[in-house]
Amino acid sequence: MSGSQLLPLLVLWPLAGGLLALLAPRAVGLLLAAGTAGNLALGLFLAATLPGAGALAHDVGGWGAPLGIALRADGLSAVLVLVTAFAAPWLALHASAAYAEPERRYFAGLFLLFLAALNGLFVAGDLFNLYVTLELLGLSAVALAALGGGPAALAASLRYLLATLTGSLAYLLGVALLYRAAGTLDLAQLAGQGTDLPGGAVAFALMVAGLLLKAAVFPLHFWLPPAHANATPPVSAALSALAVKAPLYLVLRLWLSLYDGAWPLVAELLAALGAAGVLWCSLQAVLQARAKLLVAYSTVAQLGYLLVALALVPAAGLNAYGAFVLLLVSHVLAKAGLFLAVGNLARRARHDRMDGFERVVHHMPLSAGAIALAGVSLMGLPPSGGFSGKWLLLQAGIAAGKWWLVAVVLLGGLLAAVYIFKLIEHTFGGSDRPDATALPRRMEWAALALAGSAVALGFLGQPLLGLLGGLP
Amino acid sequence: MNEHALLPLAVLASSLLPGLVIFFLPERAVRLRSALNLAGATAKLLLVGVMLWGVSRGVSYAVSFPLLPGIAFSLRADSLALLFVTLSAQLWFLTTIYAIGYLENSPNRARFFGFFSLCVTATVGVAMAGNLLTFLLFYELLTLSTYPLVAHRETPVARAAGNRYLAYTIGGGAALLLGTAWLYAVAGTLTFTPRGFLDGSDAPAAVLAAIFFLLVAGVGVKAALVPLHGWLPRAMVAPAPVSALLHAVAVVKAGAFGIIRIVYDVFGVEYAAELGVIDALAAVAAFTIIYGSLRALAQDDLKRRLAFSTVSQVSYIALGVAIVGPLASIGGIVHLVHQGLMKITLFFCAGNYAETLGLHKVSELDGVGRRMPLTTAAFTVAALGMIGLPPMAGFISKWYLGLGALEAGDTWAVVVLAGSSALNAAYFLPVLHRAWFRAPAGPWPPPAVGARAETALALLVPPVITALLVILAGLFAAVPYSPQEWATLVVRREFYAP
Repeated sequence: MSGSQLLPLLVLWPLAGGLLALLAPRAVGLLLAAGTAGNLALGLFLAATLPGAGALAHDVGGWGAPLGIALRADGLSAVLVLVTAFAAPWLALHASAAYAEPERRYFAGLFLLFLAALNGLFVAGDLFNLYVTLELLGLSAVALAALGGGPAALAASLRYLLATLTGSLAYLLGVALLYRAAGTLDLAQLAGQGTDLPGGAVAFALMVAGLLLKAAVFPLHFWLPPAHANATPPVSAALSALAVKAPLYLVLRLWLSLYDGAWPLVAELLAALGAAGVLWCSLQAVLQARAKLLVAYSTVAQLGYLLVALALVPAAGLNAYGAFVLLLVSHVLAKAGLFLAVGNLARRARHDRMDGFERVVHHMPLSAGAIALAGVSLMGLPPSGGFSGKWLLLQAGIAAGKWWLVAVVLLGGLLAAVYIFKLIEHTFGGSDRPDATALPRRMEWAALALAGSAVALGFLGQPLLGLLGGLP
Repeated sequence: MNEHALLPLAVLASSLLPGLVIFFLPERAVRLRSALNLAGATAKLLLVGVMLWGVSRGVSYAVSFPLLPGIAFSLRADSLALLFVTLSAQLWFLTTIYAIGYLENSPNRARFFGFFSLCVTATVGVAMAGNLLTFLLFYELLTLSTYPLVAHRETPVARAAGNRYLAYTIGGGAALLLGTAWLYAVAGTLTFTPRGFLDGSDAPAAVLAAIFFLLVAGVGVKAALVPLHGWLPRAMVAPAPVSALLHAVAVVKAGAFGIIRIVYDVFGVEYAAELGVIDALAAVAAFTIIYGSLRALAQDDLKRRLAFSTVSQVSYIALGVAIVGPLASIGGIVHLVHQGLMKITLFFCAGNYAETLGLHKVSELDGVGRRMPLTTAAFTVAALGMIGLPPMAGFISKWYLGLGALEAGDTWAVVVLAGSSALNAAYFLPVLHRAWFRAPAGPWPPPAVGARAETALALLVPPVITALLVILAGLFAAVPYSPQEWATLVVRREFYAP
């Protein structure tokens, strides 16, 4: 199999698994395992073939642009496919114990569709296919958010649905404007053209605004905390870790390759939004009494770092780009681990208020460990992927002379320490009350494995950046 | 990778691996846990012994691999690193024995010993870090691994002390991170180099001075420089072995060691003097020495008195660093070891009084010397050493510091040293007087059933050994491999141009 033929498989494999899981309820466990494990094998294969090839391209059915479906993968696609594929089996392992029928069947089907959408988005080569994958991603995410929850989860996922549909609509409008002006939607053909096209600026504004709404970037984050906090734990983890990253990835692609990082105002605006998000949402996280809300606000705050890193790419180049990717990958791992661990504690305590965790934590040292390890990366303390990303971000900020962003990054780290230790403090002490309902160990190991990898990433920054290659 | 690269990694692993395994052992596996702890501590001592022998013959032990573009994870066992590693390895071994005895039958021991091992791993990593980023990495790991030890008792007071500790150290970590990132941006390297790497840098002097203050403020939190010392007296709620470790080896020493590295191996002491920043450090150190002693005078709680004494004594190291000249450097560096030996003895003894007789206050110690003669003798030796009486180890430190100050023409420093010694005497001698010469207020509680000595052997042997070391380090200061001889080697090899 040559490398480029891998690209359609990345979509087809999980897609087929997801459809089968919805059709064949008997084999759900097997399908979930095979779907995520096969996906991981494909992701590893992609990462292994790419460095020699530079970038991979495949035209589905032999039809080239502008007619056919063009798939492409460069270093950035490979990194994102790989981290998604790495996180997915752990989420599936946790889910295999967390759900009973029929939720397990729905989760398996929807989660595999969700993976297919993410993979498709990371390797799509034109703007319309990006829209299709974005839509599939949004819909599967909303359905997952509503899964097995009470009225609160349902209400939150309706708001989520509204936000994601509005975002898609704005994005689609922008795409239509571009198509009218350029006559093509192929990313390679449009590269560097955005600024010169009539209506290019309006199209950019529409697409980016839609994507920022989907990514729940401050101040468009209103829908995220309730949706992520009321979902079931494996879903919260998948949404917070993966779903919101895809639209941001797309903002980066559009801005850097179609528009060449144009207009200094855009950089200023992204930096301002990011900084405000870091500060405001970290503060919100500090103020929460419910653990899952705290973790959800932390997600919006951490997305702020990604925007700050992105905003610095035109001025600081590779350091900022590396910071974006390292922060993104480490947040995927740390946040997925943290949500699973908090979910475990909340399940045993039967609620997610932190002041009840002391009672149950004695039985769950692995989950407590996962919270601590994920916390290290989220606070950006060494050694962890979060630290490596923060280090590159500080270098980028200093090189660009943006001292106020340096200050925001440091302050955000301090606030993160406050809310993380607020959580950790509740894993200390309290009385030991024997309780008969033991939690399956694999739910704890899944959390620990993800959180541990966020810390281990601190030692793997160099190979990751090697796989990433230069700017897109 | 040859054995010269493997040894530093093995020294780290000898405490890291037992620590990680202990986390996963069940609470009731007491024997296995103790065996792992002691095996790790013994292995570390042996490995460090081999490195000590090698480094004195000029072998260099180093390993590094890239973390990020231009940034390496680097371990290097130079002579200065070895001084601190040896101290940590010895005192860790004794503290492990003490802690096993002290925590017998108390809850959460798996967590305690797991973090205890991580804490020592971090300390050894701080010692062997070959560049400022690796130093930062272990420095933060030290913060994280000591927090659960400080908050170990889980009472509201312990939690509050843990939070206070975090607020100071995480803030300090942020200053250190900013300083390090800025330094890398202007200098392009972070590798510790004998006599520094900034002399000849084209960065403006004001920028370099700002970086110096950020870095020193970052490590100054752990070194408890006034006004960054507020966490230390609070952290006294921790169990006695933790206090011993915090005050003698791990936390405050990591801060002091950071000051040594920053002044000598980043800036170079002569270049720092040229920048004018070294005088500010000297002033802060001198103020801290006097302030800590004055506060110690007023404390009735024994551990709090010892804590303020630490604030004061650790700044001797900073003072030695801040006075330009080899003699003062020797005094500062050797005090890193001497203060560790003396202070760990004092905390072991304070723990014994509290654990055996329930005594926590100085005013309760009347006549305790007769009930617990060996403990009190060890306490006396260490306290007299702190005052600086020959032939105890503390005398050697003060002698070199004083000579160094005179050599550099800093007579004010001699005045500070003399004043501090007088204050040391003023807060230690009354304790000794009470313990030996006053009559006890009432009958002592009866000894535990089956007791063969004044207290459990695991609690008694470590302070007796460290007290003997305090005397030996002073008596045989001129013998090869003594702390004083090794400090001279460090200063000759690395700090000043030959």
